[in-house]
Parts: sequence; structure tokens; C-alpha cells
Amino acid sequence: MSTLIEQLKGQIIQELNLVDLQPADINPDAPLFDYDGLGLDSIDALELTVILSKYYGIKVTDPAQMKKAFFSLATLAEFIAEHQSAPVAA
Amino acid sequence: METSITATCAIRGRQIFLNGTLLFEAPEDTAADLSDFLIAGYRHFGVSYPKFFKMDVLSKLAFLTAELLLPKAGLQDRLRPADIGVVLTNRSSSLLTDVVHQQSIAEPASHFPSPAVFVYTLPNIAIGEISIRHQLTGENSLFVTESFEPAMLVPYVSQLLAEKSCQACLCGWLEAGLTGHEAFFYLVENHASPAPTPRPHRVPDVELLYSQPHYS
Repeated sequence: MSTLIEQLKGQIIQELNLVDLQPADINPDAPLFDYDGLGLDSIDALELTVILSKYYGIKVTDPAQMKKAFFSLATLAEFIAEHQSAPVAA
Repeated sequence: METSITATCAIRGRQIFLNGTLLFEAPEDTAADLSDFLIAGYRHFGVSYPKFFKMDVLSKLAFLTAELLLPKAGLQDRLRPADIGVVLTNRSSSLLTDVVHQQSIAEPASHFPSPAVFVYTLPNIAIGEISIRHQLTGENSLFVTESFEPAMLVPYVSQLLAEKSCQACLCGWLEAGLTGHEAFFYLVENHASPAPTPRPHRVPDVELLYSQPHYS
């Protein structure tokens, strides 16, 4: 799981243009959509769904279930681990 | 009502001017890429606004120009947010971002359009970024014209001020295209402005300021 979290950190920094952040700055348990965490917004939420599709082959079909998955990096990694059928090339 | 130009800010090439004074000049190696140059300026002036990094280059250019101009003018201390308008013009619309978006959907096999890119495929989003940052809720428009045309812009803004649609207006030229970039913003206020050396808001004066960014 820790490898997946580290991988996600890099993908989120790259795809969401968080160029001032280093992977070590991201607390896996901090809320993604809260200014105490990464302070992401609704467009970033869409970008996260693109990351899920692009890198993990996961299509989001039920946006309601993503509220829990998008809470933190750790919950997102758990969601990926549960739903990923096969790795997708980055 | 007599209106005055009370401040200017220009970003040209790798230089940034405020009221005719050169504030920042990026090293040549930084200036090769517009985004890198604007990030260098952002860091030079100690701005703290993480969303800046997510913006496309047109919005970055608009944001940085307004960021240098508006706080020093102190408009928000004197006027309500609804009394401050923004009227900009440019030639290339959002072409640079349009190209990035088009490339992301060109290959059906790797069809991953980015929402964060797509949201900037309208040039007036740059005005939105300025408005969000400075809490401006007044009249705003962005016109696409072949070149900077004070003869069109000055009467339009004068009318806004005359009919009291706003009491002050951030105006100018905001261009980022395939052949280069340029931002020239100026602030127009009614005659009550406290600026020490206001210039009349007339076409020749705007043309002079635009052609001579060093003028102060």
C-alpha cells in the first residue's frame, strides 16, 4: 500500500500542477479537499477521476461512492487497491 | 465625468514594469518558457496563491499583472467590490490552451482530456481568476481584437464609468499566443482618485502609455 501511496503522490503533483509540493509534504491521512490538507477543488476532483482511469484503468461509475474514496490519499489508495483489475501503463 | 489613468503595469518579453519602473527582469534562460518566466516573477514578488500554478499561461499572465497593480492602488480600501470592473482585450483568445486540449484528444487510443486544461479554454477565465483573487464583482468583459485598440477600449470604459456601472476599471491588453506574449494593464478611476499624477483617460494618453511602458 505504501508503494501505491508514493506513486499516487507523484501522479497527483504532476497532473494537478502542484509544483510547489514535494511528495514528502503530503500527509496520506490529511483531507484532500480541505485547506488543512491539499486544498483541492472541484476541478481537481475531476482530475483525480482522470488519474484513476489513466493510470489504474478504473472508471468511476458512481460519483457518490467517491466521497469516501477522495477523503485522503490513504482512502484513495485503498479504493484503487480494491477496484483495480490490472495495472495500466503510465 | 472626467476619468483618469492612475496606474499601469506591463509585462513584456522578460521584463515587468509598474508605473513605468522596471521591477523585474528574468534571466534569459528562465524567460525562454512563458510559464517558467511568470513563475519566476511570482516567486520574485513573494506572492502566495497556490492556485497560480494550476492556471494556464494566459491566466498566469493576467493574475501576475493584476497582482502587482491592484494592491498598490488600494482600490479595495476605497470602493465596493461591485464598483470595480475589468475590461480586457486580446488577439489569440485562449489559443495556447486550446492547442494543449486539442492534443490531449487527438489520439482516440490515449483519450484523456484534462478537466484542469479544458476549464481554461475560454479567455475570460483570466478575468475570473483576477476577480476571485481580488474579490471583484463589477462589470467585466473580454474582447478579442486584432491588436490593442485604445480607440475602441477608451470610449467603452468611459461609458461604463459615466453610467456608474463601476467607479474604477482595470483595463488593457492581455495577449499570449503562438508569436509571443504581452500584458499591458492600466487602472481608470473617476476624478476623485488620490493618485499623485493621474493622466487623462483619453485615447492618445493610452496610446502613449502603451507605446512607452517606461513612461512615468
